Amino acid sequence: MMEITEGSHAVAEAVRLCRPQVVSAYPITPQTHIVEALADFVANGQLDAEYITVENELSALSACVGASAAGSRTYSATTSQGLMLMAEVVFNAAGMRLPIIMSIANRALGAPLSIWNDMQDSISLRDSGWLQFYAEDNQEATDLHLLAFKVAEDNSIQLPAFVCFDGFILSHTYEPVDMLTQEDVDKYLPKFNPAERLDAADPISFGMYATPEYYLEFRYEMDQAQKRAKDVIAKAGKEFGEMFGRDYSALIEGYRLEDADTAIVAMGSICGTVKDAIDEMRTAGMKVGLLKIRVFRPFPAEEIAKMLSHVKRVAVLDKNISLGAKGATAMEVRDALYGSAIPVKGYVLGLGGRDVRKRDIKEIVAFSEKGPNDQFYGLRKELI
Amino acid sequence: MAEKTCELFDCGHRACGGCGAALAARLVTKAAGKDSIFVSSTGCMEVFSTPYPETAWKVPWIHSLFENAAAVASGIEAALKKQGRKEKIVIMAGDGATFDIGMICISGAFERGHDFTYICYDNEAYMNTGIQRSGATPYDASTTTSPAGKCSFGNKRPKKDMPAILAAHGAPYVATTSIAYPADLLQKVEKAIATPGPSYVQVHAPCCTGWGFEGEQTIAIAKLAIETGLWVNYEMIDGKITKVKKVVRKPVEEYLKTQKRFRHLFKPIRQDAEIAAIQAIADKNAEKYGIDIKLNKKE
Ligand SMILES: Cc1ncc(C[n+]2csc(CCOP(=O)(O)OP(=O)(O)O)c2C)c(N)n1
Ligand code: SF4
Ligand SMILES: [Mg+2]
Repeated sequence: MMEITEGSHAVAEAVRLCRPQVVSAYPITPQTHIVEALADFVANGQLDAEYITVENELSALSACVGASAAGSRTYSATTSQGLMLMAEVVFNAAGMRLPIIMSIANRALGAPLSIWNDMQDSISLRDSGWLQFYAEDNQEATDLHLLAFKVAEDNSIQLPAFVCFDGFILSHTYEPVDMLTQEDVDKYLPKFNPAERLDAADPISFGMYATPEYYLEFRYEMDQAQKRAKDVIAKAGKEFGEMFGRDYSALIEGYRLEDADTAIVAMGSICGTVKDAIDEMRTAGMKVGLLKIRVFRPFPAEEIAKMLSHVKRVAVLDKNISLGAKGATAMEVRDALYGSAIPVKGYVLGLGGRDVRKRDIKEIVAFSEKGPNDQFYGLRKELI
Repeated sequence: MAEKTCELFDCGHRACGGCGAALAARLVTKAAGKDSIFVSSTGCMEVFSTPYPETAWKVPWIHSLFENAAAVASGIEAALKKQGRKEKIVIMAGDGATFDIGMICISGAFERGHDFTYICYDNEAYMNTGIQRSGATPYDASTTTSPAGKCSFGNKRPKKDMPAILAAHGAPYVATTSIAYPADLLQKVEKAIATPGPSYVQVHAPCCTGWGFEGEQTIAIAKLAIETGLWVNYEMIDGKITKVKKVVRKPVEEYLKTQKRFRHLFKPIRQDAEIAAIQAIADKNAEKYGIDIKLNKKE
């Protein structure tokens, strides 16, 4: 049923329908509305979960580690500074192969302190082993939670997942979202039934230490699970499409890309602006298209190379920067296209909530034909 | 081999011979029984008991990080509640994990009132990383980060009063015990586990490697800690001290001279003022907890 609702509320509702048994989170702007809504659901009997009000984010995710290892479906949400405080547990949860789902309402990292949107937080943890989904709008933000639980908990994957959506731009925006019913979700998402759990009837040890004779293979297995996740996402995304009419089988999506000379590559809510700019550029006769990355981990390198094989140039938009190097997406797209002659230019933009408008996208398209390979876009020259 | 014994913390672990912490693990698992889930912090116990693919634990066991055992246990408790399961949850964490880096997690978990038992095996330093001081290291003990030297007598501060801190959180049951008194340890751990809500038991667990003594001396040294008043075994129920082990006190020197970590107090010259300062700590303990057995003067 279509409802005009706030992004955070739509996400909280989707999480409720997924029936997590243990929720543990700590408030931080702009994630707060999600955890407040979930607390309300529990207080009013709409969600039958233990809600652990921890003293910080490190404990929030640690409690999820314990609950997930004990065999319960678990959920958390955070952003920015909170995610950084959790970082040690983020790597740990993935290493223990615990399929925790965590919403990230993407926000910049301090210093300087900023509560506004970019993707530095989740991108900085791209090596942690978590699957990473990025939503373009609130419908995707909602749906991707169901997909994430289904994929993460698949016995062939057993990895945790971030569902990322842009702080404020999506989390605090009201727009129409098709809300699923409990019946729908129960049909789609099976009960969590992990192969191994903490259980006195069948004692096992979790989180042992590994000598150099064993460690490398643990990491290899995690990497293999990430790669297997491509197929599992394809299957679960297709099933979602068959049941609810929105197909998420593809890790990437093209928009007016078939005959494009210039391809823009982007993630998250900026894709909406890019699509509008493309429509206008197309009207003016320019052959521009978009490649949207919905799943950043596992990274769809082969899929990207295939979808971009015919273009003349690529402009990658990054709301993050690996300082001293480049935007993460630009580096990875360039790596995906290694061996082809297609030039890839990277644009770091929108950091700390700096607005990105249609005219910026058009300017970037113009730059991509000349200009340097990698640059910050939209700098205020008078401040430098 | 492992199958033949009835211990839940079994042979095959890699602790030093005479390790007090390993003895604590054996006794605590015995008291907890097989219907329990154990949570460990990073440290000697975790490392000597679980080198992949081997484990010494015959109860379900989890280790996540150095600082988060209390939070992990909180999550397990919540999950068991939702699943209608009844296993007991027992944390076994070192003094570093408890007194220092885990303080926030512990404070949060005790305040929330989860039903678990937190055991701190107190070997009075970070042993796993090579004997660095912790908030549990006693006054004047020489460690690798509080070394005795020309300008220092070792650790500058007395032990943090962790049991009092947890009692102040409203923990219904708090106790201290020692591996030298197994019956006392078993009884206190059983009581802690039987008490609903978060309970805390601090176990004195001498470390031959870190303190500098021969492995066969572990029990004797743990006993001397009690007999000199430098360690006190007591129980606190709802914040009130209810049971204290009384002793005929010996001078602290008898304890100090058994361990290399205090050697600088005796050699190259005897440091009378420092020994007196440590004696004063024992005297204060004796007064605070009332441990002295008054001998009949006529005898
Ligand atoms: C966040 C973090 N900081 C530091 C360490 C290094 N470290 C591992 S174990 C340990 C000391 C453990 O001390 P304690 O809890 O007293 O246990 P013990 O080894 O003495 O049994 C330290 C400092 C770590 N693993 N994690
Ligand atoms: S160093 Fe100390 S605590 Fe660690 S195993 Fe050896 S005796 Fe036990
Ligand atoms: Mg220690």
